[in-house]
Amino acid sequence: MKEVRVGVFICHCGTNIGGFLDVPGLVKYALNLPYVVFVQDNKYTCSESGLTEIKNAIAEERLNRVVVASCTPRTHEPLFKSTCKDAGLNPYLFQFVNIRDQCSWVHMQERERATEKAKALIGMGVARAALLEPLEETAVEVNPCALVLGGGITGMTCALSLANRGFDVKLVEKEDQMGGTLNRLYKLYPTGEEASKLVRAKIKEIEKNPKIEVFTTSEVEEVEGFVGNYDVTIRRGEKKRILSVGVIIVATGAETLKPVGMYGYDGENVITQLELEQMLKKGRISAESVVMIQCVGSRDEKRVYCSKVCCPTALKNAILIKEANQDAQVFVLYRDMVAQGTTYEDYYAEARETGITFVKYSPERQPVVQNRSVRVYDELLGEEIILPFDLVVLSPPMVARRDSANLAQKLKVPVDEYGFFLEAHVKLRPVDFATDGIYVCGCAHWPTNVSESVFQAYGAASRASIPMSVGHVKTEPSISVVDEDECSGCGLCEMTCPFNAIRVEETEKGRKAKVIAASCKGCGACGAGCPQQAITMRHFTDEQLLAQVIPLAEAI
Amino acid sequence: MTREERFEPDIIGFLCNWCSYAGADLAGVSRFQYPPNVRIIRVMCSARVDPIIVLEAFTRGLDGVMVLGCHLGDCHYMTGNYYTETRIKTTREVLKDAGLSPERLLIDWVSAAEGERFAALVKEFTERVRKLGPLGDETDLELQQLRTRLIAAKATLAQERLRWLVGRERELVEHENVFGEKVSQEEFDQLMLQTIEKEFAKRRILLSMGEDALSVREIAQRVEASPGDVLRNMITLERDGFVSVVGIEGSSPMYRRAGR
Repeated sequence: MKEVRVGVFICHCGTNIGGFLDVPGLVKYALNLPYVVFVQDNKYTCSESGLTEIKNAIAEERLNRVVVASCTPRTHEPLFKSTCKDAGLNPYLFQFVNIRDQCSWVHMQERERATEKAKALIGMGVARAALLEPLEETAVEVNPCALVLGGGITGMTCALSLANRGFDVKLVEKEDQMGGTLNRLYKLYPTGEEASKLVRAKIKEIEKNPKIEVFTTSEVEEVEGFVGNYDVTIRRGEKKRILSVGVIIVATGAETLKPVGMYGYDGENVITQLELEQMLKKGRISAESVVMIQCVGSRDEKRVYCSKVCCPTALKNAILIKEANQDAQVFVLYRDMVAQGTTYEDYYAEARETGITFVKYSPERQPVVQNRSVRVYDELLGEEIILPFDLVVLSPPMVARRDSANLAQKLKVPVDEYGFFLEAHVKLRPVDFATDGIYVCGCAHWPTNVSESVFQAYGAASRASIPMSVGHVKTEPSISVVDEDECSGCGLCEMTCPFNAIRVEETEKGRKAKVIAASCKGCGACGAGCPQQAITMRHFTDEQLLAQVIPLAEAI
Repeated sequence: MTREERFEPDIIGFLCNWCSYAGADLAGVSRFQYPPNVRIIRVMCSARVDPIIVLEAFTRGLDGVMVLGCHLGDCHYMTGNYYTETRIKTTREVLKDAGLSPERLLIDWVSAAEGERFAALVKEFTERVRKLGPLGDETDLELQQLRTRLIAAKATLAQERLRWLVGRERELVEHENVFGEKVSQEEFDQLMLQTIEKEFAKRRILLSMGEDALSVREIAQRVEASPGDVLRNMITLERDGFVSVVGIEGSSPMYRRAGR
């Protein structure tokens, strides 16, 4: 092994360090540490002259490790790393020691003990530095082609947005035609626009766009690869086909709960809002007295959540019924009307003006649907009322598609307790998955209305186009590496990794874990739990950590 | 007690880059003063802290170890700190078996905005360890005895079965298995305690044996356990290939460590 030659640069940081620690004492101490061949103190190591001194010393003293004892790596590590790089030293041979934020600033009244601590910290830094290894960053090319799963309004919008940015798009739809849930809707709230018109316009745009290739009646069979280079096998009947793409967008939507066994649901006299849409579309609505019941199968013990789109939907359909027949009686039995924002509040006001009656019920006293009437305890009136009906319309919530868990498993992305896809961070990364290169939008993620679905589709398209525009993803070299001889292929690491960056594969030596460099984030969780201790976390190896634990401690 | 006589514990703190290390920086920027007993080692995620390294620190004579991560749910790596939690919880149990106070190992969460909290934690922990005294003060063990126990504890935490169990806690407790069964937290903790106890006893036996051929009674004396308990452990140790029977003395088998 090449001789280790460590240079230590100790910063006064004006008086921030120099005023509270005995810097000359530190210099003297550092000079006596093993491997140290050069020590210098600077007024400001981060100044132009300080950086030049580092560069000169690397050349003149043939330093192959640099330790800077100054402030925090969180602000200054990139600067010193690039200084090393400029001087021809691999930046991973640089070691930071924080003697300001974690020493001089926090022990201002204890010069002596603070100086002792600073010595210890410098000793730890030198010990680790001696064990550092040069690492190289690599780049993985990104295939500028996106796979959009789902051809509903969300998927179509997302595909168009990506294609208009110049990327190739493969759009996979399970049904034999695009449009998704919108194919089953009549008019959309709050504009009254016909859903079919919107769908037709989008389909036309897609068909015209040479960048988009559509695969209907097709489903995902298998997903292989990582960001930039996914191979997705799709199946159409018996035929299989592999699509090579750089990114994947999940826009598979949701389905509506079929309220079987609830409120006498029979699909004829007691139907759902979705079934009502079909009747309205066909103009076949003759009912004189309609009772709508909200929160059917939602906001209860089994599904705590509010599906959010059902209240505006009920408002819209109630208004449509009134518009078609002024004399029709429409009652909406609700727990809480969800009509947020000025638009929907106006919408609610309009519904009231139209003569629709709203009756508040409580979950403790749910309405009872009898033969030709609904019995309900009106919470505001404080008494039970009986409403005769021709038609009862139930508002069940959107639920995750039955096959969403299956798809999630293939993509190795998480779903929440209700089976909806789970984003990486609710506020910071709302359309990303933790796994790089996979995104989510629309009802696949959570019940959304059309306009929210469209927002999210644009959001996901925008996020997905970042790696494709850059053309490559840089892979951080401080990642996990598996010692195949030690690995037993137990798969615990695969289970631990939230980024799918480590997978057990069949190799010549049997089942062995393999790290996917492009996906590994370098947290080290896999290695610290590996039953065989077969995983090394580069740049934070056991030896490098232990070197810092030990220099001061005396073995007992 | 005068300043000179006061015991100054040597403490190491493993801090994750994204939250707790940033919290420590903020304590600095805000000039929150705290005792200088803690030396900080930066790791990218608290989940990098292998229990073996924690034991290594104690074996080398450190008086206390702090592991600080992001608050649960805020981990930069999604779920890292949940693993840290299980691993450190287990390590604390193993420390107990070794005769050390688990209070010497702290796990807690500090966000990047909690400089004051970081300073308070360091203060509190330093005082706590100062009260406990130098490593081993809480036991009647001789230093050499403590050292062997700590080495056995380290070997326990390196043990495959235990590490596998630790890694599976979240899955076993939170999800059903293929048969639709779920392990309750109490059941899991119980299982974990049993496993730790068994593995620790076995590691102690192995360490105590050295190169000697020994009867169960002799081993029992060395590890201060009942011959019945030792025999049970010898049987599984032999099954797993750690020891082999090298002869019979009277009616008692003689064991020797297997060469692996």
